[in-house]
Amino acid sequence: MSKRKALTWYQAWGIRLIAIVAALVVCAVITSLTTGLNPIEVYATMFAGAFGTTRRMWILGKEVAILLCISLALTPAFRMRFWNLGGEGQILIGALGTAACMIVLGDTLPNVILIPVSIIAAIGCGAVWALIPALCKAKWNTNETLFTLMMNYVATQLVAYYVIVWEVPKGSGKIGIINQSTEAGWLPVIAGNRYLLNILCVAIMTIGMYIYLTYSKHGYEISVVGESVATARYVGIKVGWTIIRTLMLSGAICGFTGYLLVAGTDHTLTTTLAGGQGFTAVMVAWLAKFNPLGMVLSSLLLIFLGRGAGEIATAFSLNQSFGDILTGVILFFIIGSEFFISYKLHFRGSGHKDKDVPETSPNSVTSGTSDGQDSENSKEKREDSANV
Amino acid sequence: MKKTLSILLALVLAMGLLAGCDGGGKKTENNGDDIAPNSVTAEAQGEQPGDDDFLPADQVKVGFITLHDENSTYDLNFINAAKAACENLGISEDNYLIRTNIPEGQECYDTACDLADAGCNIIFADSFGHEDFMIQAAKEFPDVQFCHATGTKAHTEGLPNYHNAFASIYEGRYLAGVAAGMKLNEMIENGDIKEDEAKIGYVGAFTYAEVISGYTSFFLGARSICPSATMEVTFTGSWYDETAEKEGANTLIHDGCVLISQHADSMGAPTACETAGVPNVSYNGSTVSACPNTFIVSSRIDWTPYYEYAISAVAAGEEIDVDYTGTISTESVVLTEVNEQAAAPGTAEKIAEVRQQLIDEQVYVFDTSKFTVDGKTLDSYMADVDTDANFEGDTEVISDGYFHESEYRSAPYFDLRIDGITLKDEKF
Repeated sequence: MSKRKALTWYQAWGIRLIAIVAALVVCAVITSLTTGLNPIEVYATMFAGAFGTTRRMWILGKEVAILLCISLALTPAFRMRFWNLGGEGQILIGALGTAACMIVLGDTLPNVILIPVSIIAAIGCGAVWALIPALCKAKWNTNETLFTLMMNYVATQLVAYYVIVWEVPKGSGKIGIINQSTEAGWLPVIAGNRYLLNILCVAIMTIGMYIYLTYSKHGYEISVVGESVATARYVGIKVGWTIIRTLMLSGAICGFTGYLLVAGTDHTLTTTLAGGQGFTAVMVAWLAKFNPLGMVLSSLLLIFLGRGAGEIATAFSLNQSFGDILTGVILFFIIGSEFFISYKLHFRGSGHKDKDVPETSPNSVTSGTSDGQDSENSKEKREDSANV
Repeated sequence: MKKTLSILLALVLAMGLLAGCDGGGKKTENNGDDIAPNSVTAEAQGEQPGDDDFLPADQVKVGFITLHDENSTYDLNFINAAKAACENLGISEDNYLIRTNIPEGQECYDTACDLADAGCNIIFADSFGHEDFMIQAAKEFPDVQFCHATGTKAHTEGLPNYHNAFASIYEGRYLAGVAAGMKLNEMIENGDIKEDEAKIGYVGAFTYAEVISGYTSFFLGARSICPSATMEVTFTGSWYDETAEKEGANTLIHDGCVLISQHADSMGAPTACETAGVPNVSYNGSTVSACPNTFIVSSRIDWTPYYEYAISAVAAGEEIDVDYTGTISTESVVLTEVNEQAAAPGTAEKIAEVRQQLIDEQVYVFDTSKFTVDGKTLDSYMADVDTDANFEGDTEVISDGYFHESEYRSAPYFDLRIDGITLKDEKF
């Protein structure tokens, strides 16, 4: 096994395509063995579930936008090797800020003022939530993975508390749709579609994040700190400040995602509002190698698989877990393909010896974060290596 | 990038076409072995027109939305009823769609609209938090009927195509309470406990009217048999939290409760009872297999009659009730088999006797002469029937000597704190 020189783009995508085809074949085998269904029908159903109608396309777009937005938020931190696993909590706290504005100020302020106020509140809440672990990291070098993770639980409990404070009716533990009759604080519906504005916001942010990371001085500083803190110090980058600034940006975008969820689509606040997407976004970002434009594709892939899995559950009266198994297999192959893009295998007698695996190998990190990967995958892994 | 995408797209489209070709087969039973024809293409084929103006019942297309899947006892109860109702009405599997794992957020609205797009004539949702999103969808699809179980807003929303449903589960609770009272009497007779030690424990979810109505009717049922019974209630702050429910039950047992019941959806309380050897009256379904020594009886709502009623109404072009309350008489409120091993002798006969009295209206569950609030008998009470942000009473619910539960809307609104019941933990 040896590290490859950079492949041309079409060779790399060729390998990815082979991986996807192989994944589809393996899924087909699993499908016919375990359920007796025609796998092609199952794939067609998945596709219909995601793209079947105009409404489904919009729902897909809305969900991609939210997942992409969270991934965008995590990316600058990840590029700096700051493992922000607190996306979930930062979203919730942003959502809480938004809901607070909509509930408390909904009757007093017109939308022109209420909407900016809510946005500022959401962004501020998210930024503060990320700032706390960042400060501790910069000052005392605390472990950011654990710290951000635990902040999620604090945020969840805070939301749980306020849900009881604002519940309607009393004792139900549910807020319901906020300002359903007045629509105060709701993002306006543009061009007749209620999800379009969300999608546009995230599209603009994607391009903005790409430019920020690729062309700005800040983006460069982030990369240097990520590569080597010592180098960053040597060239005169204030490492502590870079960490704090970048994390505040990360938290602010997560907070804004919370805003989009409450004011843009769901118009309610629950502890499960983020729905685990703070973690799914980690995988989205890794799959795209922290390239904001690549994340459009990887988030599309994940949402497509999720929506498709739901449709399979309904159409074939299967449990949703079956769709999740297929999702896990497909993701495994896609992540595994990155290995073959980075490394070349030599068969016995070719003389090469193993080289070190770099610590950023996407294979080792991402496989742990995807929820659909269970024993099914380890089986695939064996098959996979046997084929090689 | 583009190239791969287009190849992928072409591939998937080709698969879609292939699948389309062999569609249109007959739908067989989906027991995992047969090849089920794809329902997606079948949907597109349209239904045969009926002979009459209205739709034959078996041609109605129905959508169901559930919060979790069949792993939750609450949702399983709905899913079983949905399947049973469709089978009874002769609706084929192509014509009903069950969407599971739909959270109480925008996904519910999206799913409801998607079902309407797929041609459903009537759509049901099963969880309280779905309500606002169902209303939102109902406004967008005036020709589709939206029915929401456990909700409270249909009678104030004024939408012709939005309906609430519940059942007079307090009657079932009352009967379960009778079984509990029999058990308490047996324990007193055997000398296991003294008369003033007949304390019941109850694990509730929230201080919500549905829960209050449930434990109060259960208590009144028990006290109608065992006059010295008292009750202690604790709340978990969640509809499903196995650990909290188990802990709650253990605390109650520690406090001297000699019989436990619960209104929360996990196996927490029943298993705690089985471990401690304390008799348990369950909810949502029988727990006898897990708790053979302590399970007495369980009450539950059977949604099949409502589903059949609403679907038939759509078929006949008739209006569906704004608020539908299933009762014992409609078989919407049912009790499981009594577990003879744990129950007192004669329990089943006594339940049957009281059940008949309830049906004949000889006995009322919330008979105001049978309970007091702060030592006083009530002759008037304004209940909060209309859901709004200020929780104020708006409807007089006591007349003819009893509290009229589930009459002014289907969801329970009995929220009185009656004497004899102590609440341990009211923060939820």
